[in-house]
Amino acid sequence: MSEMQKTIEIEVLRYHPEKDKEPHRQVFEVPFTDDMSVLQGVQYIKDYLDGSLSFRWSCRMAICGSCGMMINGVPNLSCQTFLRDYYPARVRVEALAHFPIERDLVINMEGFIEKLESIQPYIIPKEERTLAQGEYLQTPEQLNAYEQFSSCINCLLCYAACPQFGLNSSFIGPAATALLHRYNVDSRDGGKAERMELINSEEGVFNCTAVGYCSEVCPKHVDPANAVNQNKTNSAADYFLRFLAPKGGAK
Amino acid sequence: MSKRRPYVRSMDGWWRKNPFFVEYMIHEGTALFVAAYAGVLLTGLYRLSQGEAAWNGWLAALKNPWYIAFHLAALLALTYHTYTWFKIMPRTMPPVVVGGERLPGWVITAGGLAAAAAACLGLLALVWGMAR
Repeated sequence: MSEMQKTIEIEVLRYHPEKDKEPHRQVFEVPFTDDMSVLQGVQYIKDYLDGSLSFRWSCRMAICGSCGMMINGVPNLSCQTFLRDYYPARVRVEALAHFPIERDLVINMEGFIEKLESIQPYIIPKEERTLAQGEYLQTPEQLNAYEQFSSCINCLLCYAACPQFGLNSSFIGPAATALLHRYNVDSRDGGKAERMELINSEEGVFNCTAVGYCSEVCPKHVDPANAVNQNKTNSAADYFLRFLAPKGGAK
Repeated sequence: MSKRRPYVRSMDGWWRKNPFFVEYMIHEGTALFVAAYAGVLLTGLYRLSQGEAAWNGWLAALKNPWYIAFHLAALLALTYHTYTWFKIMPRTMPPVVVGGERLPGWVITAGGLAAAAAACLGLLALVWGMAR
């Protein structure tokens, strides 16, 4: 045990829908050790300083995607961001940008859940196979085509990094497009034409202006900007090729 | 009755809130210089179509110190635009697979920058050769 307990100031954007007209800042003095994450700092506040503080978390190891927050204005998983990297300065913690605040650090993610449903995030088999016919086979190259995009943990950091989503929340956005792409390029899937309707729509990929910050903040290196921008090309091809082969998804 | 009252934060001044967005606005802003320079070249083409006197007038106008200053500013802006354009390029294209391995992003960026440099040098050499 060291004789000198270090403390750090954590500034939290608080919002209580029943009491507050708008969010306000509150500063807490939190004792910390060098191995403590920002999430642990916020947990300390809830356990010892103010039990009313609300936030989401679960796994503490960057797998579940629950604890995303704006930390000094940057979207990050609070479990993999360490207090020691900010000390002795104050750490500012805020609910993920571009989403409505439900309470304190908890955002309303209903919009994203609807988008996730709309992309049909499951394999729509190209050919139905009976059990007797065995499993769907795939080569390593075919796996490589989509594996990166399947690493998404729905943490929504990419939405908090996307100003176009902030300006127009109906934009389907980085993560949903990355997951859509993950199924479209899967060799076992046959649902591309259905999903392309979404890509081509008003809510689709052309809302993206290639800011690229979504891919910078992605904790799983999914590179959602790549999925979105590849689908701009796909969408353009879908649009023009229908004149040659009138069966594409473009309407 | 629901006690929910989700609070939507304002997007005012969004691009000033993060250095990454400031940089984005700068690189988008340099596109104006690309458009302006296209205007300069189109003007030259138009003056050429009007005959020798008009063309020579345009050439003389280009020697104005203000015009030269604009060219220097445009050169800086276009160089920056080229750099940021190729920096984001790996994110905007399908994966390039060479010998079973996916080409890393920096190779695509470096390839783009090398192509841009080669095109500039080639054009300079061509114009220099014609002017001699």
